[in-house]
Amino acid sequence: MNGWLLAIVQTLVFIGAAPFFSGWVKWSKCKLQNRRGAPPWQPYRDLKKLFGKEIVLPQNASPIFRLAPYIVFSVTAIACSVVPLVAVGLPTSALADVIVLVGLFALGRFFLSLAGMDIGTAFGGMGSSREVTISSLAEPAMLLAVFTLAMSVSSTNLSSVISTLLLRPFQLYPSFIFAAMGLVLVAMAETGRIPVDNPATHLELTMIHEAMILEYCGRHLALMEWSAMLKLMLYAVLLVNLFFPWGVAITLTPAALAFAAIIMIVKLLLLGLALAVAETGLAKMRLFRVPQLLGLAFILSLLGMLSHIILEVR
Amino acid sequence: MGIEALSLSEQLILTLAALILFTSFLLLAQSRIVSLIHTFAWQGALLFAATVLMASSSGRHHLFISAGLTLGLKVFFIPWQLRRLVVRLDIRREVETVGGASLIMIAAGALTLFSYYVVLPIRELSLLSTRNTIAISLAVILIGMLMIITRRKAVAQVIGFMSMENGLFFAAVVSTYGMPMVVELGVAFDVLVAAILFGIFFFQIRSGIGSLNVDHLNRLTEVDK
Repeated sequence: MNGWLLAIVQTLVFIGAAPFFSGWVKWSKCKLQNRRGAPPWQPYRDLKKLFGKEIVLPQNASPIFRLAPYIVFSVTAIACSVVPLVAVGLPTSALADVIVLVGLFALGRFFLSLAGMDIGTAFGGMGSSREVTISSLAEPAMLLAVFTLAMSVSSTNLSSVISTLLLRPFQLYPSFIFAAMGLVLVAMAETGRIPVDNPATHLELTMIHEAMILEYCGRHLALMEWSAMLKLMLYAVLLVNLFFPWGVAITLTPAALAFAAIIMIVKLLLLGLALAVAETGLAKMRLFRVPQLLGLAFILSLLGMLSHIILEVR
Repeated sequence: MGIEALSLSEQLILTLAALILFTSFLLLAQSRIVSLIHTFAWQGALLFAATVLMASSSGRHHLFISAGLTLGLKVFFIPWQLRRLVVRLDIRREVETVGGASLIMIAAGALTLFSYYVVLPIRELSLLSTRNTIAISLAVILIGMLMIITRRKAVAQVIGFMSMENGLFFAAVVSTYGMPMVVELGVAFDVLVAAILFGIFFFQIRSGIGSLNVDHLNRLTEVDK
């Protein structure tokens, strides 16, 4: 019973902290570019404002258009409950493994691109086609990266992957370096960060995510934006917890949980800072070069798998 | 027995081996000549680090001489020489389009897998803990060969050749603590002489056919039309 309560609290914290994380990235990016920048809690204000607004629906919107924000948000929230944030071994993470997680992402993306095409504007269809193109290339790379991890610890369950890694003495796994690099590239493509998509602009030539949600407003837009933030946070937590698992609580004592929470906050803030530095240094790629980037991600994950087979097993 | 049984420096050598393989893939995909030369220098630097680690963890001090040769020749001298040639030939800004890049990458992955299966019986002959990396060095050699086949420009082909030599050297270091010193010195100076000769050939090829694209060599005729 205690475990279930903790799992629910962890998921709620996850959902509540996601806007802060994306605000933190934005804020540190502004600081790096010598701008003053909105405070990190600005996304909460934006969400509050959007929730207060009335909803205007396009004339030819079908029920899918109205349902999509709720489906996308709830699917992402379920995904949040699967990923261990501060503690492993919780009942929710036993329900689904990492393949289900990829499936949940795909389900959310399916409804997102349906909603983009539903109202029949040019931008919506374009955004959907781009999103589907990119994710169809990113998904194999992500699966390969995850399988590399799964082969090393003989489990696809995220919670048991992390706890196995924590209980082992420190080892330098060559395959993990490649899997981490591959997963970083996939995360950049899937969450629409800078080399692939620019979350800060609405430039019609290049936008992917924004093009799909262009016709949304009010509560619907707030849910869509929130699930995008959740997705960013999800990938961030996946990266720090899978490849730097130190500090995640194995026992469910209050002291261990508090320690894990502090370590988690530090890790996420550092990752956000690294993301901001990368986004300040990099330029956005041409859309037609994105497949090359994802090809690199696939090759990296493949190399991770090969180096696991060649070097780590004997 | 898995990777857990190895000491940290041996694990580091395995990691460096994986990174050397990665630079091989990068060489295959790189389309700009200057970054190609830089990637080649990085491969040499990783090779140097692996050799130094091997020398210090095994206590074979003659490996330090090989490592020094690697550092001097493959990290500094040959890249510097190639870069100077590229500047003098004025092809610094040239971009070579690699046709079917993703297909070539998949071929390289297949070659890596192939070399794993080929060396399975061979690696039983070695007693070193780093013998797993023999497959990696064979893969580096084969990818260098793939690079010579797929590239058109002479400079890229020469870099492919040099990375093949890197693979051979790595195989010698990880499977048998390096070749005998005489062989090693001989190979090192051969590579050095080759690098200088290639420079002369570049100028000859260009003055002969007006470009470094060796495909043009197919069109040579004996009589001027």
